[in-house]
Amino acid sequence: MSKTTMTRRGVLKTGAVAGAGVALPTIFTASSAAAYTNEPTGSSVTLGFNVPQTGPYADEGNDELLAQQLAVEHLNGEGDGGCLNTFTSKALKGNGILGKKVEFVTGDTQTKSDAARASAKSMIEKDGAIMINGGSSSGVAIAVQGLCQEAGVIFMAGLTHSNDTTGKDRKANGFRHFFNAYMSAAALAPILEKELGADRRAYHLTADYTWGWSQQESIAAATEAMGWETVNNVLTPLASTDFSSYIAPVLNSGADVLVLNHYGGNMVNSLTNAIQFGMMEKVVNNKDFKIVVPLYSELMAAGAGENIKGVFGSMNYNWQLQNEGSKQFVKSFGEKYGKPPSNSAQTCYAQTLLYADACERAGTFNPCGVAEALEGFEFDGLGNGKTMYRADDHQCFKDVLVVKGAENPTNQYDTLEIVEVTPAEQVTYAPNHPMFGGDEASLGTCNAG
Amino acid sequence: MDAILLQILNGLDKGSAYALIALGLTLIFGTLGVVNFAHGALFMIGAFCAVTLQRFLSLSYQTVSETEKDFLGNPLKVETPYVESWFGPEIGASIIDWSTPLAILLAIPIMMLVGLIMERGLIKHFYKREHADQILVTFGLAIVLQEIVKYYFGANPIQTPAPDALSGVANLGAWFGLELAYPVWRIVYFCFAALVIFGVFAFLQFTTFGMVVRAGMADRETVGLLGINIDRRFTIMFAIAAAVAGLAGVMYAPINPPNYHMGMDFLVLSFVVVVVGGMGSLPGAVLAGFMLGILESFASTTWATTTIPGINQIIIYLVAIIVLLTRPRGLMGRKGVMEE
Repeated sequence: MSKTTMTRRGVLKTGAVAGAGVALPTIFTASSAAAYTNEPTGSSVTLGFNVPQTGPYADEGNDELLAQQLAVEHLNGEGDGGCLNTFTSKALKGNGILGKKVEFVTGDTQTKSDAARASAKSMIEKDGAIMINGGSSSGVAIAVQGLCQEAGVIFMAGLTHSNDTTGKDRKANGFRHFFNAYMSAAALAPILEKELGADRRAYHLTADYTWGWSQQESIAAATEAMGWETVNNVLTPLASTDFSSYIAPVLNSGADVLVLNHYGGNMVNSLTNAIQFGMMEKVVNNKDFKIVVPLYSELMAAGAGENIKGVFGSMNYNWQLQNEGSKQFVKSFGEKYGKPPSNSAQTCYAQTLLYADACERAGTFNPCGVAEALEGFEFDGLGNGKTMYRADDHQCFKDVLVVKGAENPTNQYDTLEIVEVTPAEQVTYAPNHPMFGGDEASLGTCNAG
Repeated sequence: MDAILLQILNGLDKGSAYALIALGLTLIFGTLGVVNFAHGALFMIGAFCAVTLQRFLSLSYQTVSETEKDFLGNPLKVETPYVESWFGPEIGASIIDWSTPLAILLAIPIMMLVGLIMERGLIKHFYKREHADQILVTFGLAIVLQEIVKYYFGANPIQTPAPDALSGVANLGAWFGLELAYPVWRIVYFCFAALVIFGVFAFLQFTTFGMVVRAGMADRETVGLLGINIDRRFTIMFAIAAAVAGLAGVMYAPINPPNYHMGMDFLVLSFVVVVVGGMGSLPGAVLAGFMLGILESFASTTWATTTIPGINQIIIYLVAIIVLLTRPRGLMGRKGVMEE
């Protein structure tokens, strides 16, 4: 029988060796010459695309991924070059970013904040991603933005519409190209007044989470300012599937407009239920009953089918826009994938190109240098017309589209028609606006890791 | 008054779906003693039978239009469904329009087959295992089934409209001088559910097969000793339960556009319905289904949510807790079940 003898010296020795072993990766990281997180040293640079690949927004995530892959292709000089041909900044040459070939890794957000943070963390720590882009939910965007700030990488948000992303939760390392709930409301209100009149009684059904509250607050404020009365606001659980119990009270409320502050599957179901109850045929207060969906997406419109006919809403981008950037993007995307791009695809494509361009202009991948290059940057040619990345809150300001469900669609993609392109000035607000965190909201300082 | 009646109708409508799913669940538990967490997935597959038939009937051939352009400016490829070219535009369009009710004919054999494969291929191996094992394996199966559906149909909801003739609003209150308009298809759904429930009860009550099954549910061993192959009959009951869930799904498709996750949305609630009604009790499942549907509808009214915020989200579970504390066997459960 063997006997193990342990001495004090032996334990100390083993402890020192084990400690050194555990600390080794940290020592390498700390003592290496890296000036910032994941500084690219080889011939390539890795971008992290964090999109919902499973779960209810998987189709939207898939569309984002297609656009991101297209952007990488164009950055590396492959394909037809896409919006590199129309982008007003000419820093990108089609030879990667700063001469390094662009590669990418993908993560699955599952539209869950914890899963999205985990996948972003993995891409940053294991795959060396220097920038994270994508997403289809504000809850996810805010969570991942916080993570990127801590990790010292740039976050180029995908589809996130809550005011909070660039409001009270804004971060120095985070940038949003997509518009927000306040902008939707500011763009929609004048059109609603023109089309539906200033004397309306609105009933709101609102998804019970950060985006829903933000959207409802914005649209109620904008419509009340033009004379509408908000009859009621009912919060509906995010997990709701049948909205008939919420729709039925609207019929007896005296309201003549129903505002659905819902997104995705919630919106498809609540709108379908409202149509089933004959709301669009009703006459209340001697006016035709109307339904408003403040935030539209092409995939939601496809899901809602014929129910969206004549229903007003807003969008960040629509493939039917006829500016040069949009035409070029639709051509590149359409020829490669056989369908027009959604607005979430366009925002991810634009964000990837904007990041690459900022690196070129800054001459570095250092997130603080890139952030500086993006702040106050004015550009055109990516599909939305003239756009400006405001330095104060890292929010893009550009024209907002007011759209309506197409009355006579000519093909399967012709689901929405553009009613008006609202100029950027009309949707611009002060960086310390109360809906965006007021004076207390701050970007903090840039973190390079 | 109108509002109360409207919520009762909503409750009956929701209750119809709960009752149909719970009926199948409790039938399986009562016969085979299995807690089938894949039952929601059967409801979802039923809805996708409607989607599949709609797509099948809409299969088209392409012709290139000389005048219209597609989104890239190329000549538009116009799609014409084969049924429209075979039967003429009007009859063809009507066939596509009625695809959801027609899907019932497709769903019955498909769902029974799915049920048989599910029971013979997987679940029978778990009869002698713990309920926890059965729950795990059937839950896993549910996830596999929904991922398969997502792979083929995508994650986005798919509109499956009711026939035009049944998609309007009926003014039910006109006979009583009330303002009570209600969607026609939801009334159809309730009537259909009532018919299916009646059919299942009649089948069990008035046929020899049903009598043997009921005897087997009461005392499986004795029926077996009489030389009757009760296992085979129970397998058929599993297939029937699958068909009932599938039919509930087919007819539900026009109410809310089917998506791959819809089964999970109903599963937990249906389990609560079974527990409240009494595990293994068919009338209990139906009664609890309608009762909880109505309660849920009333709990979602503005009055209820402002009086007790969040009541709409917890009402069903609250009732379940009260029932389980005061009467563990459920409203109509057999004495001794869940009471040990």
